[in-house]
Amino acid sequence: MWMIVMFRARLAAGLAVLAVLIALPAQAVEIQDLTSPGGTGFWLVEEPSIPIVALEISFAGGARHDPEDRPGLANLMRALLDEGAGDMDALAFAEARDALSARFGFSAGRDAMDASARMLVETLEPSVELLATALAKPRFDPEPLERVRGQLLASIAQSATEPDSVAGEAWSAGTFPEHPYGLPSDGTAESVQAITRDDLAAAHGMLLTRVNARIAIVGAIDAEKAGWVVDTVLAGLPEGKPFAATETNIAPPPGLTVIEMDVPQSAAIFGQKGLYRDDPDFIPAYVMNYVLGGGGFTSRLMTEVREKRGLAYGVYSYLSVRDEAALYLGSVRTANERMAESLDVIRGEWARMADEGVSEDELERAKKYLTGAFPLSLDSNAKIARYLVFMQEEALGIDYLDRRNGLIEAVTVEDIKRVAARLLDPDALSIVVVGKPEGL
Amino acid sequence: MIHPTRPIAFLVALGLLLAQPLARAEPKVTDFQLDNGMDVVVIEDHRAPVVTHMVWYRIGSADEPWGRSGIAHFFEHLMFKATKNMPDGAFSKTVASNGGSDNAFTSYDYTGYFQRIAADRLDLVMGMEADRMKNLVLSDQVVATERGVILEERSQRTDNSPQGLFGEQMNASLYMNHPYGVPVIGWRHEIEQLNVNDAVTFYERFYAPDNAILVVAGDVTPDEVRALAEKHYGSIPPSGRPPEVRPKEPPQLAPRQIEMEDARVRQPFMRRAYLVPTYDPADPKESAALSILADILGDGLSSRFARALQLDQKIAIDTGAYYSPSRRDATDFSIYGVPAQGVSLDQIEDALDAVLTDFIATGPTEEEVARIKRLSNAARIFAQDDQSSLARLYGAALSVGRTVAEVQAWPDVLDSVTVEDVRAAAEKHLVLARSVTGRLSQAEME
Repeated sequence: MWMIVMFRARLAAGLAVLAVLIALPAQAVEIQDLTSPGGTGFWLVEEPSIPIVALEISFAGGARHDPEDRPGLANLMRALLDEGAGDMDALAFAEARDALSARFGFSAGRDAMDASARMLVETLEPSVELLATALAKPRFDPEPLERVRGQLLASIAQSATEPDSVAGEAWSAGTFPEHPYGLPSDGTAESVQAITRDDLAAAHGMLLTRVNARIAIVGAIDAEKAGWVVDTVLAGLPEGKPFAATETNIAPPPGLTVIEMDVPQSAAIFGQKGLYRDDPDFIPAYVMNYVLGGGGFTSRLMTEVREKRGLAYGVYSYLSVRDEAALYLGSVRTANERMAESLDVIRGEWARMADEGVSEDELERAKKYLTGAFPLSLDSNAKIARYLVFMQEEALGIDYLDRRNGLIEAVTVEDIKRVAARLLDPDALSIVVVGKPEGL
Repeated sequence: MIHPTRPIAFLVALGLLLAQPLARAEPKVTDFQLDNGMDVVVIEDHRAPVVTHMVWYRIGSADEPWGRSGIAHFFEHLMFKATKNMPDGAFSKTVASNGGSDNAFTSYDYTGYFQRIAADRLDLVMGMEADRMKNLVLSDQVVATERGVILEERSQRTDNSPQGLFGEQMNASLYMNHPYGVPVIGWRHEIEQLNVNDAVTFYERFYAPDNAILVVAGDVTPDEVRALAEKHYGSIPPSGRPPEVRPKEPPQLAPRQIEMEDARVRQPFMRRAYLVPTYDPADPKESAALSILADILGDGLSSRFARALQLDQKIAIDTGAYYSPSRRDATDFSIYGVPAQGVSLDQIEDALDAVLTDFIATGPTEEEVARIKRLSNAARIFAQDDQSSLARLYGAALSVGRTVAEVQAWPDVLDSVTVEDVRAAAEKHLVLARSVTGRLSQAEME
């Protein structure tokens, strides 16, 4: 809550997206494609050196299935999974989890619900059974419901005073007036206030189902035991139905929106239409974004906005691929009196990339980073488990690790010139600025 | 089929069983010193062919000259600029084009620089890190541009956030004399005045191998690291000057209160910070007892504060307590509460005080202490999954004067703490006269 360490740069959400796109060396990891005795497919990596097991489950479907008048439902539901389950109330559940030294986390994305567990080999079996109880039999008791609702309402109220949160919500609302992506996934004060226990039970029954589960296990565990883990953790869940997803063509409305807020520094979100992962130009676009705004300190945006002009602490861009929308997004925060200059520089770089693409040297350096850095993002059991689930979500195939660097190596400057010209349009940028910017 | 939920009694029994120390598969850690006084720590992790390379300097914001707040952090940014051998911006670019990532951080007691990269590139990054320990080239222009970046960083972290500003006010009130009362990033009006001379003076004074710790974690052996460290860092002469002794706090005689209002606040809360000792090698049990005390009072739903204010009285939506013995000098033990709607900050403060009074009278239960020890032991095992975190754990500890042996003995020190130790620590240290109680509320609309 109170920051004491200053980093040279924060890690932007965009960089997290980048991180999960980086593969790992095939020699470091052997993925087993297995089926549990109960018939559920899952991926396993045996890593015996530390007596722990990481389990990741991603359930397809998430906040985008919240009822129109109940945004925030999936989020409140996941926040209550470990607040009482089976015959345990919230306190008893917490005590049981602590007695096992297990760690559980639940999150609600727009397109998926995630459950993740870190467990000691020593207490693996009761830990998995406890997690299964949380997933299958959450109680949604009045006490934790009101307590957690209060926490979420406080967070929603505070977010309304934070320029970057307001900018993000306004950008989404403007881009998706007719699609659930336009609603705040944490909900509004009104919607969170209105959610009932019946709503929660309905969302739970719909979103946590066996058919939608993608599972990965990494750690000191063999195939047989892992099969038991999978069958046990899913045992109480309904079979469910798969969700349909339609790749839309939604593009944000071009232009600038300013929302007044009395703060010294303005926050801006800018973006336009992006590419889906199955687009043949996706990998070239991904490499292009590394050069333009994805590559930490070395990107063009960072160089021009931060290093040369000192306009901002950070500026980032990233390809945002959702199940039903493909976007190309970026963000910057700048003093009110310098926001106009920052946006000019960003638009200029957008146009330069669209016109010229990248140089051979830039492409070479991008490839070296993107192919060389992948083991870094996969140097722990937990990170590997998350990555394996990501590969399943995106249907990349179990051999993706072997193919991935070849796809990047194959990108040419012509490919990037083509995709940049096709994708980037500074006039198409939809920009939301929150603060008291001058000269806009 | 779903497994029948286990009765609580079973879990409690199991919990007590687990109060026995878990088998600890500690990471393999080796430490030694170069002839010029640079400390070296090697943490082996051979699971993936990568390394984390860090250099920690035993200087932070608490070592800044008076009136020059922010120079430690400002200087950290400048370390990425040109050296005699590398042009501006080449450091991060070279790391990236070798498939690595890099960053740096500054705190009260230390400043650290790190790269994460394939193990066969350790030679390269070590060479560059050694280069910038001595060969940085600074100019007015470079400093002026970076000042803009840092002022934006300050806006983002602090000025745009009432919680950030409140934290600064709390610290400034808690420390009457010690430089921990000055924010790490610096006061805005002083950042605005920092210049190239401040940077050069700071660099020449503090950046030397005898004031630095090298930590390498990952797919390396101690012999490989020793050879590379001698090659790159070994020839840099020591400064022969450790950081100066810092001002100490005088006895605190009166409790202090601060009331802060800000129009942007939507959720009021209160926090109380007590000034307490940090880790003391002569008496490590004292800080271990404080550490367990913080968790019993404020970690999770089964903590004392959560049970009283959130579950029983239902007057708070969040509560907590925290203490970190990882500073060089006396530090804060903080408790906080966030009121539910319609509840006043007075009620929260009274309720927290009632919990403390009761705790000091009766102390914790055996199971409460066992729970925290169990979780700490498990955290130690989970931590081994994260090479960078391990490197940070050792780097931070050595930066504030601890030894590798002391870090490794910490779980045993925790295990030796008794219920009476925890109770006594609360009675001795949670004393109102040595505290600041702060409240952050929404300013009335005009």
